[in-house]
Amino acid sequence: MRLWGTRGSLARSGPETVRYGGDTSAVEVRSTDGSLIVIDAGSGILRLGENLPEPPARIDILLSHLHMDHIQGLGFFTPLYSPDTEVHIWGPASATQNLRQRLTRYLSPPLFPVRLRDLEGVEVHNLYRGKMSLGDVAITADLVTHPGHTFGFRLEDPTGVLAYMSDHEPALGVDDFPASPEWTSGAALADNADLMIHDAQYTDEEYAQRPGWGHSTFGHAVAFAEMTGVSRMVTFHHDPSHSDDFLDLVTGSLHSDSVEIIPGMVGREFRLET
Amino acid sequence: MAQQPVEMILIRQWAAHLASSVWLMDAAGNLLYYNEPAEEILGLRFDEAGEIHADDLTELFHASNLDGSSLTNDELPVVKALMTQVPSHGQLRIRSGIGEWRHIEVTALPVVAAEDKLLGVIAIFWEVSE
Repeated sequence: MRLWGTRGSLARSGPETVRYGGDTSAVEVRSTDGSLIVIDAGSGILRLGENLPEPPARIDILLSHLHMDHIQGLGFFTPLYSPDTEVHIWGPASATQNLRQRLTRYLSPPLFPVRLRDLEGVEVHNLYRGKMSLGDVAITADLVTHPGHTFGFRLEDPTGVLAYMSDHEPALGVDDFPASPEWTSGAALADNADLMIHDAQYTDEEYAQRPGWGHSTFGHAVAFAEMTGVSRMVTFHHDPSHSDDFLDLVTGSLHSDSVEIIPGMVGREFRLET
Repeated sequence: MAQQPVEMILIRQWAAHLASSVWLMDAAGNLLYYNEPAEEILGLRFDEAGEIHADDLTELFHASNLDGSSLTNDELPVVKALMTQVPSHGQLRIRSGIGEWRHIEVTALPVVAAEDKLLGVIAIFWEVSE
């Protein structure tokens, strides 16, 4: 897999964010059978689309949720406009609207000049908690603690398990965190994953002012990974105010005896097989 | 790894911070949690009771009508809410073990998630002054 967008909340370009990246969430996943899955369509999906070696026959996009930083790149993803590529978009419906209706609020004037309904070859699917398969990838989707319907994902193929929780506040209101996996959002998704991409947006000081905003501290992310037996954890959803130098400092101070902590930098590639 | 649905996780967290008495059950009728104000009325700390299987609940907690006549499980507001998936309300007496009978009023609500999935029941109750 490859990180094309690692920033949370708002894209942040500039010399201060070159290494970790200024684009918002987008992750490319390739399975052993060649299936291409893209997780989230933040601004990073633009460069992903530009760098596909050739238009694939099919692309599946999993949207964790519909906050703008996770969908703002969708209308700029060039395969959407390719007659040779089938694009399937999966994401959460709400209690009263399906995914197509929810996405149309953005992909329609006045917010966007192109209407979703005008894109041929694009199919939109409501995603529900539970299991599905795309190619040889078994995907489990479950709701996690974050404002609005927000999914975390567990992707399994013959090489291993990837867990993705870009926007997640595992410690919300849990006095004994991380003592109780049964009562911790996302624990089943992360269970013994080979690699986990997880929200690490706030320092402890920042989080003290933002409980309930739906994001994790660096420390909570590490504790969550340790609790669930994750082997490697990639820090993700970097706060727009956090510069590369700041992230080097904070990430460098993280420590775990059981989890390899990997700074989530744009362009980094990972393989599940070790 | 077994994990409670996020809705129940959040309800439990919310209940832990309330001054109102809250009781939480899963869709099978197993007791998942009750909060500290509830402990005062029930006469048993949740840590001592723990998560209790539905079949064992009546061994720990006893309920009756206000006149002392027996109350069947099906008449309990929490069970009604679970079985009908409609809110249920009522007054009854309750005690744990050989503790005192307490007169309470209960409102039980089914917890229904997306796709009409029943996750359990939440009951808020309070003691009625005689």
